[in-house]
Amino acid sequence: MASHSHAHASHGNEPQPLVGHLVSYSTLFGTGAALLFLTVITVAARYIDLGEANIYLAIGIAVVKATLVSLFFMHLRWDRPFNLMVLIGSMLFVVLMMVFCMMDVGQYKKDLVAGNPPDVQAYLQENAPYAPVAGK
Amino acid sequence: MTTLDARSPIAAEAPDNYLTFRRGLLSWLLTLDHKRIGVMYLVAVLASFFVGGVMALLVRTKLLFPGEVTWMTAEQYNQAFTLHGAIMVFLVIIPSIPAALGNFVLPIMLGAKDVAFPRLNLFSFYLWLAGAACAVYSLLAGGFDTGWTFYTPYSTNTTLGGVIPVLVGVFILGFSSIFTGVNFIVTIHKLRPPGMTWFRMPLFLWALYATAVIQVLATPVLGITVALLVIERVFNIGIFDPSMGGDPVLFQHFFWFYSHPAVYIMILPGMGIISEIISVHSHRHIFGFRFIAFSSIAIAIFSFLVWGHHMFTSGQSPLMNVLFSAITFSVAIPSAVKVFNWLATLYKGSISLNTPMLYGLSFLFLFTIGGLTGIPLAVLSTDIHLHDTYFVVAHFHYVMMGSALIAMIGGLHHWWPKMFGVMYSEFWGRIACGLVFVGFNMTFFTQFMLGSQGMPRRYYSYDQIEGMAEAFKMYHHISTGGSYIMALGFVITGIYLLHSLFAGKKAPANPWGGASLEWQCTSPPPHDNFSKTPRVGDCYDFSAVRWDEKQEGYVVDTEAHTASTKNGKGH
Amino acid sequence: MSSSNPTAGAHAHNHGHGHGHDHGHDAHGDHGKYPFLAHHFDTPNQQFESGKLGMWVFLATEVLFFGALFVLYAIMRFKNPEVFSYASHYLDTILGGINTCVLILSSLTMALAVRAAQTNKQRMLVTCLSLTLVGAIGFLVIKYFEYTHKFEVNLKWGQAFYQPATEEAREIVKTAPTPAENPRLAIAAVNPSAGATADPIVPLPPVDRTAIAAPKAGPAGIAPAAMVEESTKPPSLAPVVKDNHILDPSMPPNTHRFFAIYYIMTGLHGVHVVIGVGVIGWILVAAIRGAYSSDYFTPVDLVGLYWHVVDLVWIFLFPLFYLIH
Repeated sequence: MASHSHAHASHGNEPQPLVGHLVSYSTLFGTGAALLFLTVITVAARYIDLGEANIYLAIGIAVVKATLVSLFFMHLRWDRPFNLMVLIGSMLFVVLMMVFCMMDVGQYKKDLVAGNPPDVQAYLQENAPYAPVAGK
Repeated sequence: MTTLDARSPIAAEAPDNYLTFRRGLLSWLLTLDHKRIGVMYLVAVLASFFVGGVMALLVRTKLLFPGEVTWMTAEQYNQAFTLHGAIMVFLVIIPSIPAALGNFVLPIMLGAKDVAFPRLNLFSFYLWLAGAACAVYSLLAGGFDTGWTFYTPYSTNTTLGGVIPVLVGVFILGFSSIFTGVNFIVTIHKLRPPGMTWFRMPLFLWALYATAVIQVLATPVLGITVALLVIERVFNIGIFDPSMGGDPVLFQHFFWFYSHPAVYIMILPGMGIISEIISVHSHRHIFGFRFIAFSSIAIAIFSFLVWGHHMFTSGQSPLMNVLFSAITFSVAIPSAVKVFNWLATLYKGSISLNTPMLYGLSFLFLFTIGGLTGIPLAVLSTDIHLHDTYFVVAHFHYVMMGSALIAMIGGLHHWWPKMFGVMYSEFWGRIACGLVFVGFNMTFFTQFMLGSQGMPRRYYSYDQIEGMAEAFKMYHHISTGGSYIMALGFVITGIYLLHSLFAGKKAPANPWGGASLEWQCTSPPPHDNFSKTPRVGDCYDFSAVRWDEKQEGYVVDTEAHTASTKNGKGH
Repeated sequence: MSSSNPTAGAHAHNHGHGHGHDHGHDAHGDHGKYPFLAHHFDTPNQQFESGKLGMWVFLATEVLFFGALFVLYAIMRFKNPEVFSYASHYLDTILGGINTCVLILSSLTMALAVRAAQTNKQRMLVTCLSLTLVGAIGFLVIKYFEYTHKFEVNLKWGQAFYQPATEEAREIVKTAPTPAENPRLAIAAVNPSAGATADPIVPLPPVDRTAIAAPKAGPAGIAPAAMVEESTKPPSLAPVVKDNHILDPSMPPNTHRFFAIYYIMTGLHGVHVVIGVGVIGWILVAAIRGAYSSDYFTPVDLVGLYWHVVDLVWIFLFPLFYLIH
C-alpha cells in the first residue's frame, strides 16, 4: 500500500489519505462539544430580555457555530483558500441583497398605515373571517 | 526551414472525429462528450429560437392593424408576446452561448479533454429538455399571459392554467443553467494545461467565467422566487399577494435580483465571442487584453448592484431610486472599455470581411446604440416618461437581440467549420447578415420613435390613442416590414447552414487564421480533443500564422511561433 | 509546475511516480494505477480538488437559495415584529432544541465518517454513516410530529390559518354572530370609542359579548391612537387561548404570514434533509461494498460537505423561529 511510506508521519500507524487533510479526533469532538454548548447558551439567551439586542445575540451565536462547522467539520481551515472565498463571497451577495431590500423597506416603513386597506379587508372578511383586523 | 504543425490540416483525414467516434442515436443521447452535448444544445436552442421567432412575427403582424383583428384576440396576443419573451429569454438566449457554443469550445480552447463533470453536463442538458417540456405543457394546460416577468399580483390572480407549469419549467431551467455554470468554473480553475495561465486564456473564456459566476450566484434566487410564486398561487399564503398581506414590490426585488444579472448572463458571452471574432478576422493582437478581461469581471459584479432600475415607477423608495440610478450609470464604464478596445483592435488590422466579422461589426454598431439608449432609461426623470413604452422594448432588443443573439450567430459562423468540418457559402452568409442587419434596424429603431412618442408596450390595439394612431401606424408598419426582412435573413441562414452539412466544402483545421487552441486540432475535433498535450502560446499572436495554399487554410509556423511565445512571455 | 495545481504536492503524497504532477495528457501511469481516475483528469489530486471546488460552488448556490428566504424573513420581521414575537411561542422550543442537537451530532458523525474513510477504517466508516443516517431520519420524525401537531390545531398557511380548529372553537364560533364576521371587528365597530364610522363593508350584527374577550384595537385605520399604541406592546408570552389561536384577542393581524415563512423555510430545509437521507444512504451502500479507501473517498467527503451545510442552515433557522424573545 502506498500509504505505508507515511507511517512515520504525525498520526502514528494510521493509514494516510492520498489527498486532502486528516482532522484529529480531538478537534472533531471538541467542535461537536462546543456546538452543543452554544446551543444551550442560545436557548438560555432567549429568556434574557435585551430588547433589540436579543436577535443580534442569537444571530451572533449562530455565526460562531457556523464558523466552527465550516472551519473544522468542513475542513476549510486546511483547504484551498479559494473554497473559503466561494463561501464568504456567496454570503456577501446575500448580505448585499438584504441591505438593498431592507433599505427600501426602511425608507417607507414609517409611512405604512395601520391595518389593511378596505379592499384587502373585504377579501379577508370573505375568505378568512376570523383574521384580526387592526394594529400596526 | 519552417515545419508545419503536425496536427494541422492533413490530420483531418483521421477517421476518429467526435461525430464519427461512435454511431447510433443512443451514442448521442448518452454521450458524455462536451462537443456532442454542445451540438445537442445547439439544435435544441435553434429549434426554440424558431418557435420564439414565429411568436414575434405573429405579434408584429397583429400590430400592422391598429384595432381589433378577427384572427387574434387580445388574450391570444398577450399569450403570444409572453411566450415570445419567455422562450427567447429562458430557452434561447441564456443557454445559447454558454451551453451550446461554450460547451463545445471551452474545453478545446482551454486545452482540456472535457469539462470537469461530464455527467453533470449531460444532466444539465436533460434538465433543459425537462424545462422546455414544462413550457410546452403549459400551452396545453391553458397558456399564460403574465409577461415573461410574472409580476404579482397579476400572476397570482390570472385564471389561465399554464402559469404553474411554466414556473416549474423556469425553476428547472434555472438549475440547468446553474450546473453549466458550476462546470465551467471548475473546468477553468482546475483543468488548465501547463502554460495556460489566466492571462493566456482567450477572452471568450474570461467572459464565460464571469457569466458562470453570475449564473451560480443569481440563478438560485430566481429558483426560490418562482417557487414562492407557485406556493403563493396554490396556497395563497400572503408572501407576494397583497390580498393576504403580501408585498408585490418584494416580488420585483426578488425577480430582478436574478433577472438583471441575467441580462449580463446573456450579453457577456456575446462580448467574449466578439473579442475573438474581431481579433481573429482582423489578424491583429487584441488591444488591451487585461482591460477587456477585467471589464468582464467588473460587469459581472456591477450586474448585482443595479436591479432596482427596473422598479423606478414601482413605488420603490426615493433613496433607492437615486442609488440604483447612480450605480446604473457606472455600468457604462466597463462596457465602453470593451467597445473602445475592440475599435482599437480593428485599427490598422488587415480586416477580412467574412460572415463572422460582418456579424462582429454589426454587434459593435448595435451594441453601441443599445448601450447608449440605456442611459435615458437610467435617468430617473426621463424614465418616468419612457418606462413601459416601446423605447424600453427597442432598447433591450438592441442589447438582447442586436448584441447577444447577433454575437451568437456570429460565433456560430466562426466555429461552424470547426464544429462540423464543413464550410458554408460565404456569399449567402454575407447576404443573410446584411438582411438581418437592415431588418433589425428597421424593426427596432422605429420603436425608439414609437416609445418616445408614448406608445406603451404590450398593447394589443392603438387605434384609440388620441391623435397618435396614424403616426403609430406608420412606425408599426415599418417595424413589421423590418421584422419580415430579418426573418428572411434567418431563413436563408438556416438553409445555407443545413446545405453546407451535406454539400459543404471540407473545412481546413484553421479557416480564419486563429491562434487559440481550438484551431490547433482538426475540424471536426477528435473525440479526446488533442492527441498530444497542446502547446500553449499567446492566443492572440498572429505573427506565426500564415496562409497555406495547399490546404486552403491557415497553418501555424511552429518555429516562429515558439520564438514569439518566448518573446511574449511577459504577457 | 502547472498553474492550475500549484500546491499539488503540498499535502498530497508523491507515491514515487516521477510524473505525478506532469499534466501530460497521456500520463497513462496514473490511470493504470488509480482505476477511479476519470479519463479527463491527470492526477488523483486534480480530480479530488475539482470535485471539492465543484461542491463548494454548488454550496454557494445553496447559500443564495436559502439566503433569498432569509432576506424575505428579515423584511417580513422588520415590517411586523409583533407578529414574530407573538407567533414564535406557538413553536415547540423543546422539540426544536432536540432537533438542533440531533443535527449537530449527525454532523459530527459525518465528519468522523470522512475521517474513517480517509484512514481505511471500514467498520468505523459504516458505523458513522449509519449513525448519520439515523440522525437524519430522527430529525425528520421529530419534524413530522411538530408539523402534525400544528396541523391539528390549524396553525397552517393562508386562509386555513383562520379556520376554527377544535370543537371548542367551533362552538364559540357558532354562538358568535352570523354571518361569519370577525367578532372582534364587530365589537370594535359598535364600540363608540372606535369612532362612529365603522368600515362600510362590515355589517353590524348583534354580538354576544360574553363569549368573546374584549378587543385590543379597532378596525383598520380608525383605531384611536391610544389603542394602536396598546396593540403594539409586546403581547404576553403564553397564548391566551391555547390551541385556539383564532380566539386569542392578542393575536396581531397578519399572523398567518409567520406560519407561511415558517413552513417555507423549514419545509425547504426538510426537503434538503430528505435529499440528504438519499445521498447518505447511497454512500452507505457503497461503503458497505467497500468502495472507499484512503486513496479514494471523494464521494464521502462531498456528501459530508452537503450534510454540514444542511446543519448550517438549521443553526440559523432555530434561533430565528423558535427563540424569539
